[in-house]
Amino acid sequence: MQETPSFKRELLATLPSLRAFAVSLSGRHDKADDLVQDTMMKAWAKQDSFQMGTNMKAWLFTILRNEFYSQMRKRGREVQDTDGAFTERMSVHPSQYGVLDMEDFKKALDRLPPDQREAVVLIGASGFSYEEAAEICNCAVGTMKSRVSRARTRLQDLLGIAGEADYGPDAVSAQVTSQSF
Amino acid sequence: MKDKTKMNEMSVPRMRRTDDGLGANSDIGAKLRAFYGAVQDQPIPDKFLDLLEKLDQVEEASKRKG
Repeated sequence: MQETPSFKRELLATLPSLRAFAVSLSGRHDKADDLVQDTMMKAWAKQDSFQMGTNMKAWLFTILRNEFYSQMRKRGREVQDTDGAFTERMSVHPSQYGVLDMEDFKKALDRLPPDQREAVVLIGASGFSYEEAAEICNCAVGTMKSRVSRARTRLQDLLGIAGEADYGPDAVSAQVTSQSF
Repeated sequence: MKDKTKMNEMSVPRMRRTDDGLGANSDIGAKLRAFYGAVQDQPIPDKFLDLLEKLDQVEEASKRKG
């Protein structure tokens, strides 16, 4: 007998992070939500193939990622890097970075090649280890590491961040606030 | 907490703070987490919850039949 209630509960618990990953990948909220819904249905249909107790978050991220790429292949690449409504939809306006700053960051992230974007997000924000991220993206751990490193360099270039804390009060306050994370 | 061991991430990597230039002292890392967190902290849309309920109901119904 399968444990549907706890499968459902775990799925539910992963949704916020899954959604953030979807927005990072697709760059748009509406697309991202479609992607999450498709992922939920796929995951539900495949739940017998999931072993409870193993990493459901990684499993769901893998499904969502596969779904994203297969939809992209079907549609061809529609490039939309304008999700102007992004900041409006945020329930919490991040106080330590201005809204414009956040938009700039999102634009920079959207300009990365998809493989670098997913790498930097999985490692830097979703909380996966390199091993887990490599498994999700079906690549070698070393490949994952180099993608993250290239993504970081590219983001620094795009955002005009030369290194640590060399850009006035913003960088200084970023240093201070980041300590609390 | 800083973890100096680089390669030994095989066990309990879940909540680890990465220390690869995306860590606590990295501006990029902080911006990335702020961006991600801003989406993650939004309430789960009702349509997702509705979908889960529906999936659950369909399954229950098919179990009763089968």
